[in-house]
Amino acid sequence: MVNSAAATQSPTKEMRVQEALREALRYEMARDERVFVMGEDVALFGGAYGVTRGLMQEFGERRVLDTPISESALVGLAVGAAINGMRPVVEIQFSDLLPLAMDQLASHAARYHYMTGGRVNVPMVVRNKFATRAGGGPSHSSCNHGAFIHFPGLKIIMPTTPADAKGLLLAAIRDPNPVLCFESHHLYGIRGPVPEGDHTVPIGKATVRREGKDLTIVTCGGMVLKADAAADQVKEKGIAIEIVDLRSLAPLDKETILNSVSKTKRAIVLDEGPMIGGISAEIAAMIQENLFSDLKGPVVRIAAQPIPPPHSPPLVDAMIPDVDQVVEAVMRLAEGGKIA
Amino acid sequence: MLDTARRKEMLRQMVLVRAFEEKLEELYQRKAMFGSTHSYRGQEAIAVGVCSALQPKDLIASYHRGTGHLIAKGADLYTLLCECMGREDGYSKGRGGKMHMGDMGFGFIGNTGTVGGTVPTATGAALAAKIRGSKEVVVSFFGDGAANQGVVHESMNLAGVWKLPVIYVCENNQYAMTVSLAKSVAIKHLSERGAAYGFEGKTIDGNDVEAVHEAAEQAAAKGRSDGGATFLECVTYRWDGHFGGDPGTGYRPKEEIEAWKQKCPIKRLKENLIREGQLSEPEFQKMSDTVYAELDEVAKRAEAAPLPKKAVDLSSIYAPTEVSHG
Repeated sequence: MVNSAAATQSPTKEMRVQEALREALRYEMARDERVFVMGEDVALFGGAYGVTRGLMQEFGERRVLDTPISESALVGLAVGAAINGMRPVVEIQFSDLLPLAMDQLASHAARYHYMTGGRVNVPMVVRNKFATRAGGGPSHSSCNHGAFIHFPGLKIIMPTTPADAKGLLLAAIRDPNPVLCFESHHLYGIRGPVPEGDHTVPIGKATVRREGKDLTIVTCGGMVLKADAAADQVKEKGIAIEIVDLRSLAPLDKETILNSVSKTKRAIVLDEGPMIGGISAEIAAMIQENLFSDLKGPVVRIAAQPIPPPHSPPLVDAMIPDVDQVVEAVMRLAEGGKIA
Repeated sequence: MLDTARRKEMLRQMVLVRAFEEKLEELYQRKAMFGSTHSYRGQEAIAVGVCSALQPKDLIASYHRGTGHLIAKGADLYTLLCECMGREDGYSKGRGGKMHMGDMGFGFIGNTGTVGGTVPTATGAALAAKIRGSKEVVVSFFGDGAANQGVVHESMNLAGVWKLPVIYVCENNQYAMTVSLAKSVAIKHLSERGAAYGFEGKTIDGNDVEAVHEAAEQAAAKGRSDGGATFLECVTYRWDGHFGGDPGTGYRPKEEIEAWKQKCPIKRLKENLIREGQLSEPEFQKMSDTVYAELDEVAKRAEAAPLPKKAVDLSSIYAPTEVSHG
């Protein structure tokens, strides 16, 4: 997989996604007094996934706050602290718990700037872990990211590589708008080079992870790994896949998506979230509206089945996209569009 | 005891707050404004009593029945009225209406139409003050209806745990739209809730502007000296319906409404000042006429002000990013 860090010149350090996220928090907390972190178990314990480990020891309890289990108030307090000049970063342990804070995210954080005629800004970040995986079940393994594209004013990032994890989170903390950061459970352990120092990745810019001329897979988060595995398999059959990793769901980088599909003329949109009304639906519609006459086949959506996330492994496997499904869809489009 | 000049100014502000509501009602009745009104008539002593106890750097967060709070904190009347009337010159350029504004220029964090929705916002602003040590106090205005929202409970709990400099001003007008407090809570005084969060709760006469002022002043001094939050339940009554078009009589006995009108906060302070020889009836009338006349002028300008253009500005949803990407 192509790493975006390769494009930058600064020295890099090998680390996992969690460590890269922590790097961003540490870097910005040291640089900017206004940044503080709050959430359940983030201080003493270092976060349910270890992302905030050591921050309380380094920056003190005043800026790293353990909180009661009150998701709605945490997001709501962050809105108020942001309006009053701070740069809060809130950790919500699971994407499933974001709906608890929905009013504060959707009707407050997202709308303040617009609804005050630009008088009020809400520079805050809400981090959360997501992924549909065995053992999580209906309240601990949802992929809710698609729901938030309905609320203009929120920015939504979804880093894939360690370098992007640091760069996007750093950009998010500095952004004058509320940013939701979706961190995939599938990717936390992934290692890769991360530029040292001041490394940001622009919000709203997708990246081409893998270049190819025959078919574009537009995807994000943990699904980038599945797209890559599928691309390896069909390469043997002479099909060159291009992978567009969205990195940001809002604002959506339409230009990078359309540039890629104009070249390949075939597209699959692959998402771990629900297909109905989701990010895959939005992107598929956007592609066909813009490129209908260039396309050599239908834009195919591969996304989660419309059921709540189940507990048992076979049930989970049946619900979310797998590599075979992607390969099968590629071959179908390849035959219809006569590739190779 | 407040000096006469300040008490007279409080009286004038209460008249202004009431006059503004009456102006909105007039505009609403002749369809000159968009959306509904949420009249604050009868409750003026709370906004004026609390805001007169604050320093300029202190902050307030408000709610749907919020015009009184804004005026008492120093909002510009023309800009406020323009927003109510959906004009480009409004605080929110016509995007928010009277339920959705915010301007830190005069210490106004914001208001929204989600009942209880700005209680965490106020609490978070107080958290910012606490982390920085910047000593501003934050007032969270909300009604008795908001008291039963989950996020209000969560926020107050955090204010208790972190000893935040916030004053929760619960304007108990005894009805959440049409549902009475007796149907909504099993306790006698909402201020009892303070104890559950580990801070002081007080029930005061919300129609006595001087009592409200004094309680708010004490709460602000406590917040500023790191003494934490206060829950001030101000018992009052709204003279009108919940919104323009609701006569407010379908769920409240006429005698009850009339009895509360006798407890008018403006009449009360005015009569006190007259009894003490500090004010005469003609002097009051002159002050009141001036307020109403000034407001008529403001309303004329606002009515003549242009509406926003029919256009979607996609750049308006985000604040411009000044991040440099290394």
